[in-house]
Amino acid sequence: MAGPLPCKITVVSTVLFALCTTFVGCNNGRRVGDGMDTEFGGFSVPLEHSFEVDDVAQFRVRGALMLKAGREPGVSLAPSHLSEEDRAKLKEVAAVDGLYRIRVPRVLLQADRQTERQLEGYLTAFVRACAMVESHLSDVISLHTDVSGYLVGVSIVTLPGACRGTEVEDEVDLEVFNTTLSIVAPVNAPGPETAFFLERMEQESEKKGKNPQEQKSFFAKYWYLILGGAIFLMVSNSAQPPAGGGREQS
Amino acid sequence: AMAKLLLLCLKFIVLCSTVESVFEDQVGKFDWRQQYVGKVRFAHFDTHVQSSKKVLLATEKNVFASLNTRTGELFWRHVDMTGPEGNIDALLLHGQDAVVVVGNGRQLRSWDINVGGLNWEMVLDSGSFQASCLVGQQDVVKHVAVLKKTALSLHYLSNGHQKWIENLPESEAVDYQAVYSGGNGEVYALGVVPHSHIAIVAYSLEDGEIIKQVILIHSTPWLSDIQGSCAVIGRGMLTCVDSPAVSLYTLDLHGQSEMTQIPLQSLGLEVALGFQPVLVSTQPNPARPPLSEFFLQLGPEHHLLLQLNNDQIVTLRDFKPVRNCSTTSLSCKIFYILACSLNLFSAETGRRLLDTTLIFNMDPFGGKPETLYVQAFLKKDDSVGYRVMVQTEDHTLTFIQQPGRVMWTREEALSDVVTMEMVDLPLTGTQAELEGEFGKKADGLFSMLLKRLSSQLILLQAWIAHLWKMFYDARKPRSQVKNDVTIENLSRDEFNLQKMMVMVTASGKLFGIDSKTGSILWKHYLENIPSNAAFKLMVQRTTAHFPHPPQCTLLIKDKDTGLASLHVFNPIFGKKSHVNPPALPQPILQSLMLPVMDQDYAKVLLLVDDQYKVSAFPSTKNVLQQLQEIASSIFFYLVDSSQGRLSGYRLRTDLSTELIWEIVLPTEVQKILSVKGKRPNEHVHSQGRVMGDRSVLYKYLNPNLLAVVTESTDLHQERSFVGMLLIDGVTGRIIHEAVQRKTKGPVHVVHSENWVVYEYWSTKSRRNEFSVIELYEGMELYNSTVFSSLDRPHAPQVLQQSYIFPSSISTMEATLTEKGITSRHLLIGLPSGGILSLPKMFLDPRRPEIVSEQSREENLIPYAPELLIRTEWFINYNQTVSRVRGIHTAPSGLESTCLVVAYGLDIYQTRVYPSKQFDVLKDDYDYMLISSVLFALFFATMISKRLAEVKLLNRAWR
Repeated sequence: MAGPLPCKITVVSTVLFALCTTFVGCNNGRRVGDGMDTEFGGFSVPLEHSFEVDDVAQFRVRGALMLKAGREPGVSLAPSHLSEEDRAKLKEVAAVDGLYRIRVPRVLLQADRQTERQLEGYLTAFVRACAMVESHLSDVISLHTDVSGYLVGVSIVTLPGACRGTEVEDEVDLEVFNTTLSIVAPVNAPGPETAFFLERMEQESEKKGKNPQEQKSFFAKYWYLILGGAIFLMVSNSAQPPAGGGREQS
Repeated sequence: AMAKLLLLCLKFIVLCSTVESVFEDQVGKFDWRQQYVGKVRFAHFDTHVQSSKKVLLATEKNVFASLNTRTGELFWRHVDMTGPEGNIDALLLHGQDAVVVVGNGRQLRSWDINVGGLNWEMVLDSGSFQASCLVGQQDVVKHVAVLKKTALSLHYLSNGHQKWIENLPESEAVDYQAVYSGGNGEVYALGVVPHSHIAIVAYSLEDGEIIKQVILIHSTPWLSDIQGSCAVIGRGMLTCVDSPAVSLYTLDLHGQSEMTQIPLQSLGLEVALGFQPVLVSTQPNPARPPLSEFFLQLGPEHHLLLQLNNDQIVTLRDFKPVRNCSTTSLSCKIFYILACSLNLFSAETGRRLLDTTLIFNMDPFGGKPETLYVQAFLKKDDSVGYRVMVQTEDHTLTFIQQPGRVMWTREEALSDVVTMEMVDLPLTGTQAELEGEFGKKADGLFSMLLKRLSSQLILLQAWIAHLWKMFYDARKPRSQVKNDVTIENLSRDEFNLQKMMVMVTASGKLFGIDSKTGSILWKHYLENIPSNAAFKLMVQRTTAHFPHPPQCTLLIKDKDTGLASLHVFNPIFGKKSHVNPPALPQPILQSLMLPVMDQDYAKVLLLVDDQYKVSAFPSTKNVLQQLQEIASSIFFYLVDSSQGRLSGYRLRTDLSTELIWEIVLPTEVQKILSVKGKRPNEHVHSQGRVMGDRSVLYKYLNPNLLAVVTESTDLHQERSFVGMLLIDGVTGRIIHEAVQRKTKGPVHVVHSENWVVYEYWSTKSRRNEFSVIELYEGMELYNSTVFSSLDRPHAPQVLQQSYIFPSSISTMEATLTEKGITSRHLLIGLPSGGILSLPKMFLDPRRPEIVSEQSREENLIPYAPELLIRTEWFINYNQTVSRVRGIHTAPSGLESTCLVVAYGLDIYQTRVYPSKQFDVLKDDYDYMLISSVLFALFFATMISKRLAEVKLLNRAWR
């Protein structure tokens, strides 16, 4: 494909389906997300993050995601700060090429159906900690839902996304998260465009109908075929008489 | 003259319509097809003509076929529906009519065995099928009886019409399992109330009136299954075997109402421990009662020939150790198989007949014999000769003639190919020598010179040998010069068009097939394969690393337990490798092939077990060291479709893993149908598309992209949908999420380059539709040198378009070429048996609805909602491929050519040229013309040069 990969990233293409794995997750006992409803039509869930030098996830609350349920779901996040201690740790993690992870609990983005069923587990995503540092904590977080409003996935990217090894001198740059948030619902894929096509066909046929040049008579259209046929007939007829004549004589 | 003109016109039309597709002289030149029938369930030899060479087969693949016993080729074949609707329940042969019961007694059909035409077909009343038999009277067979759960019906053999149908008495309580007729005008239905008693009902053949009904209360508390434990012997004597009491019970169907017990001890017999004895009787003619001789099997390798003589049972012969016994109709002879030899015995006396031993050599890489089908015939000197068709565990049919000559074999395992790979053939010795010279490290000028000289000498030698062979062959008539492919003379051809097809079948038999001719070069049967095994075939080392042999690894996994095993073999010779694969005590979740190689050039295979621990194969020190170095850049994903969970993991240096991302699709909304990545050996030549205004639209070429197809759990027509998620397999980022409303599966997906094509059923419009998604980075590339999933912050542009397709499809695959320059085609296997090569150009979301100057510049086809099937797009012309299940594509050495293998019930191999043969000269290329023109030009320049010189000289003199 586009040249060799930087770090030989390998993804397995086989999927072994019929396995029922008992999932060993990173749910460290705390159950958050319910009972935090704040105002009418909206509720909030915690956005948690984790960055550890030894890469063993320990999630702490980064902020509260204010979710507005309904037809047009919205999301907002109160600007949050990183403490002095955390700043130092993040830089440390970035130095050993560790990961910066986030997670959100699985929720249903429909306020009226909130109480129907409790969902277990979290959705997690990650970026490289160095990218987080080098982008001065500017990240783009999108929450993906399915057709019925369940949160199915979360993704995080930083802008810029590269790790160039540039030193971030100013501690102030790592104080406030500059987060862009969005909720992404599945788009409706288009079906075959029959109506438009038929309309166009009709227009074209109308155009043809109006154009007098197209309305040629039968002879005007096929004169060369008829002429060719006539010549062929004449030639074959003129070739016959000698033979016929010969028979008459005998 | 008019007639002439007409004829001319006709000719013209005919010529015009056959211009495209394959030329007649190309038929079978680059392609071949092999037709199979599947594992045999019933087989009958045609006996109504003495010299007949037909054997009729009904198979577990719902195929009814007739084979030529001389060659093993198919005379004709009928492929019924798959699944229980087409299941063949019974096959009865009478004269030249074969009566078949299909679909759990739903249909009764009669076939003419000479031509394979349908005589008649009857739809029967519903009810599950139990048994059927032919019914005759006074030596004439005119009827067939069909026993169902609640009724017994009789049909005429001539036209299938029902003569009578009668309900079975007390059918709720009694389980009627067998039907019997001895030619005396009565039809018996034999039923059993498990662990209680036997019920026998006798019907009159004429009108279906119940003549007699016998119920033996509390007579047979040991009996649950009539088919195996009981048989009618002699003149209507029902005989059953009771293993706990070690006794035989007999009951006269005509008279008695009391069972007679005959202890086996009184015959001096014992039953093998834990073995359920089996009784087998023979009824050579349905219009006459069965023979009074019968078989009793007392152990896996212990058979007895017994005779019922005036209510007394006499042992005629004790066969031990004997694996298989069967009878043949011709004057009632018996055969038995002892290890690898067959013998013929007389049924009346139990004596062995002279000169009837047949020895056959079992294939050491095959399975054990399972069933024998014997064809006996009278020789000219009135002695009995016979041939035998052996079916082995690996679904091979072998036809053997006395004294042991194998006439033909059919590898019916190939009717169920699960997965396959195409492996390059090895280089010839001389080519390898040259390769080796460049491969070795330089050690001194002189030795290098010597090496060069020696390899040149070898080349010269090979060339002389080749010349000599050509000269030698030229003297022989052309027909005698054979180019048989054997495993010894296998070598790569100039353009790498000939490859080894390694095929894995569901029965656990592996095959190596030459892709040029289709001949099977090696086969290897793996024993103890679980019936629900999943297979994954991987090429660990290709043939490119001489002198290391190529190496393939087959991962065999039990779908229920998850336990797996590895089979490592050489794909060229089929031999098991000396490399010992690791034992895998834990269930395996995932396997992945890394591009990392060990010092012997074998790619590293990683296996992830259910503790999320990773083991490597091969696991040498070198490999482990390399793995430690790159561990942080090895990512893999797991899919748990039962919980709708997709999770990503990263490898740690100690070969443990850590969870890094997680996506959960709630199973109450949608379920995951399939997850498709890209093929690792795929090359994309151009990074972008040139637009009409000469700018470039760059493709989003993420090698880690996964296409996840989901289907709604709610299958209501209005609410059902098919979902398509594009996920980055490294970061777990959802790149695109789309749903196609009011549609449902099955969904066929092809994922390649920067596009995903999928096909689904639209419930709203009740038609099949194709949809294509293409991903573009935009007008400029983010990072043009390398692609990293970790550093692509911008989401790609997604374009999508859908089309109507006029047929349902069975399978779909994309063509693949060496460098990816050739345009792509989609190969679509249709249920009709055709394989369609649909240009990807027609599935392009940039097809404009309104044609503009720019789109014309770009060669975009204007949008039309329907994709047409053009007949010239069928790559298999009239070579129908039944029940296509998979298509495998492989690149060849020629950029224009892609090798295609379609497999299902049949196997079809061909080549396709998606962009025509732009790098190949045509067959009728005029070498004479081009060389004569060249020479003429050369001489013309010479002459004109000379003339010019003379002219110059003359001018100088002037």
